[in-house]
Amino acid sequence: MELIIALITAFLMLSGALFALVAAIGVNRFPDLYTRMHAASKAGTIGSGLLLLAVGIHSVDISILARTIAGFFFFILTAPISAHLLARAAHIAGYKLCDVSVIDELKITES
Amino acid sequence: MSAVSLIVSWATVAALVILSLSFLLTVYRVIKGPTLPDRIVALDMLVGIVIGFIAVIAIKTGFTLYIDIAIALGLVGFLATVAFARFVLSRAPSNNGVTAKAARPHDKPQRKKASKRKK
Repeated sequence: MELIIALITAFLMLSGALFALVAAIGVNRFPDLYTRMHAASKAGTIGSGLLLLAVGIHSVDISILARTIAGFFFFILTAPISAHLLARAAHIAGYKLCDVSVIDELKITES
Repeated sequence: MSAVSLIVSWATVAALVILSLSFLLTVYRVIKGPTLPDRIVALDMLVGIVIGFIAVIAIKTGFTLYIDIAIALGLVGFLATVAFARFVLSRAPSNNGVTAKAARPHDKPQRKKASKRKK
């Protein structure tokens, strides 16, 4: 039983850290703000959430597991809100999309 | 040292190394980022990586009280991003209620691009 919990903890920790690394690579490699936001707000949130879940499973305690799940839920709830606010503010402020982007639906809606 | 604690400690060290690498990559984007919202996105991402760091340290040391610190840091990061978004919005050239009256000189090239885009 202890071995299973240790294996699950190790797997969750490594996958969470790898998700954070993928998000960091995406933030560096994508061409403009609006595509970088995809990497930062999806993969980054999942990375930190998986690491929190690893803590909850490693300590075999239901109250700590509930606290980590609440934290994960909170991050999932707030990450899209902040990303959407920032993207909308940047679009209104006139930051351009990159050259390879095909369509700007927010601009079509506003005009 | 039993096999169980060996697995957990090895995974902890590996996760700390990978998280440090991603932290450095994100800091590079914060320094280099051509515009202000790029830097804000990278700072938001940095908060997420630090939350993961705190979780790994909680496993390494056994103090589960660190989870509360991680949740509080997430709340602070969310509020900081919302405040930065309002700041970016307040510098917008359009008349959207919260227009910035003080025209700053370094805003000019961005504004020209915006007007060109709107034609």
